[in-house]
Amino acid sequence: MNSQTLISKGSSKKTSGDRGDLASRIFRLREFGIFGILILFVGATTVARPRFLGGQNIRFILIDTTVFALLALGETMVVVSRNVDLSVGSVLGLSAFVSSNLYQQFHHVALVEVFLVGLGIGLVCGALNGLLVTVGKVPSLVVTLATLYIIRGVDVLIVGGGQVVANSLPNSFIEVTSSQLLGVPTVSIVVAVLIGLGAYYMKNFRSGRDLYAIGSNPDAARLVGIATSRRVFNAFLLSGAIAGVTGVIWASYYGTIDSTAGTGYELQVVAAVVVGGVAIFGGSGSVIGAAIGALLLNTINSALYVLGVSAFWDQAIAGFLLLLAISLDRGIFVYLQRTIRRKKVLGGS
Amino acid sequence: MKSKFALKLTMGASAILLAACGTTTTSSSSGTSSSSQGSSASAKNIKVFVIPKQLGNSYFTTADSVKSGGALAAIQQLGATGTETSGSASTPSSQLPVIQSAITQGAKALVVSATDPTALCPTLNSAMAKGIAVVTYDSDAPTCRTLFVNQASTSEIGTSEVDLLAKEIHGQGQIAIVSASASATNQNQWIGYMKQELKKYPKMSLVSIVYGNDNPATATQVTQGLLQQYPNLKGIISPTTVGIAAAAALLDTPQYRGKIALTGLGTPNEMKKYVADGTVQAFELWNPANLGYLAGYAAVLLAQHKITNKEGTTFAAGKLGKYTIGPNHTILLGPPYVFNKANINNFNF
Repeated sequence: MNSQTLISKGSSKKTSGDRGDLASRIFRLREFGIFGILILFVGATTVARPRFLGGQNIRFILIDTTVFALLALGETMVVVSRNVDLSVGSVLGLSAFVSSNLYQQFHHVALVEVFLVGLGIGLVCGALNGLLVTVGKVPSLVVTLATLYIIRGVDVLIVGGGQVVANSLPNSFIEVTSSQLLGVPTVSIVVAVLIGLGAYYMKNFRSGRDLYAIGSNPDAARLVGIATSRRVFNAFLLSGAIAGVTGVIWASYYGTIDSTAGTGYELQVVAAVVVGGVAIFGGSGSVIGAAIGALLLNTINSALYVLGVSAFWDQAIAGFLLLLAISLDRGIFVYLQRTIRRKKVLGGS
Repeated sequence: MKSKFALKLTMGASAILLAACGTTTTSSSSGTSSSSQGSSASAKNIKVFVIPKQLGNSYFTTADSVKSGGALAAIQQLGATGTETSGSASTPSSQLPVIQSAITQGAKALVVSATDPTALCPTLNSAMAKGIAVVTYDSDAPTCRTLFVNQASTSEIGTSEVDLLAKEIHGQGQIAIVSASASATNQNQWIGYMKQELKKYPKMSLVSIVYGNDNPATATQVTQGLLQQYPNLKGIISPTTVGIAAAAALLDTPQYRGKIALTGLGTPNEMKKYVADGTVQAFELWNPANLGYLAGYAAVLLAQHKITNKEGTTFAAGKLGKYTIGPNHTILLGPPYVFNKANINNFNF
């Protein structure tokens, strides 16, 4: 055990010494690629509709993005470890209703308690997913597809025909998403900081790096002594917890919550993660990339509505633009890989 | 609604005198009491089962309960025995066993909100074959019922919403519609009537119709798109409860409140906050208690053979006044009910 840890430490140090510069440059460039596409898109839309870059619209896109970027943070950790969490939309929905419903059930509820309940629901769901995947050894696609329905079912059961209405929510709760700091939604700033922390963790912490190792080659990761089960379990736990907290934010923003909240979000989150350059089969990608992916997706959606594209077309066009963005990004990536390989051959290493 | 003067039906009045038996909701089965069929039954023996789409739904609680003056109130008033029962989910598979059990319990009339236009038919047809009056309300099963109580006419919903908005914006300016889905039959019919009605207001122009797919997130996005695309927008009509709640939450900022009028179909609980703070002045829906009352009233009269379902049949329905059965064995409740600051707090659904 000890020697194995040493080996893994030694080898990782070696790689980072060898190719660290190049690798980090690729990562940076990969994110830059998506970012470039985003800028291009915003530019084109703004030319057509100058109000697109107005303060109110930017805030709107930011808040929408906040929800997806936060979900994408958890999803990235899971996907990097060669797993997937399809239950996030259902966890969000359950948490959104149960947490905001506290205001309808009790007289004095503190905001912290609402967030704690949301977090708790997320942790329970995440732990369930993690256990089934790591202890039950069931593929995560199957597990989370099942929990997607189970958790939604529980949600429907709890909600019944009821709903939470904006009138029953106190201002302090609405302000979670409506308050601003220098014209920027406060919640977006908080989430941006969280994503920064997540990125730092994934890049610099042992347990974060382990997720990449597990995703690149699960068997090898186990052989070098990485506690794969524990790491994967934690990734699911974290993804669930994040989805739970996101549910509270969602409830604060929309104000009207029934049992359909967050339906279909799982696919949008996975799309954001993949668009953000995270490999769907694990092993590579970054949290920041996924966040930019979420921003790009929301910008595309919003731009189509602002441009007034007919409802009969907008989904098809959004899909097409998504494909275009991914192909462009992929093109840049392949081109880069080729140049690196050529360099390596020339360098004779 | 300006409640019409309560015309008292002579027969109804005598029944009211009998209404000493204060039967409230639940009455459990007394076995299959095969009471003699042809007897001009005294109202007391008439068992009416009120079967909404599901239990625990506040809309149906309002439509059915004695307290709100709904279906059970009418049944009680006529001296018959009323029971509200249904499943926990709004599905045919949950509703069918309940209907079946009502038949075996010796129902003389069923008041049903159909969870499916056709799936309930074999059971409802067998009920009618046994001489049970089947009255549908809220949601019809057109081919297998005695009578349908229609909450509001298609044309009136369309025209009255335009009139409401026109009043708020003084008949001039750009307006837009936030609909549900592009393929929804009822939505498109309403929009058709709105366009016709708009011809009365030459200074109002309908600039766009967008579709929120009855999803709060999408409805919010398309509404935001409208605001960006049409800086001079004066009013929005959203003939769907999800759409109007999402649009109201978006407009609920100092920037838009009072500057862009919003109306449509909404539920009082969802809209209370926005009516209270001035984002929305007035919106519509039918009064579910009156809908239930009329259905309950008609069901008892049908079971007593005091009326038939023939077109042109006229009867007085207690507090609601006189009604005439129209084509296709349908009674129309009346014009949509307008909710505003003055009356919204009288409703809880």
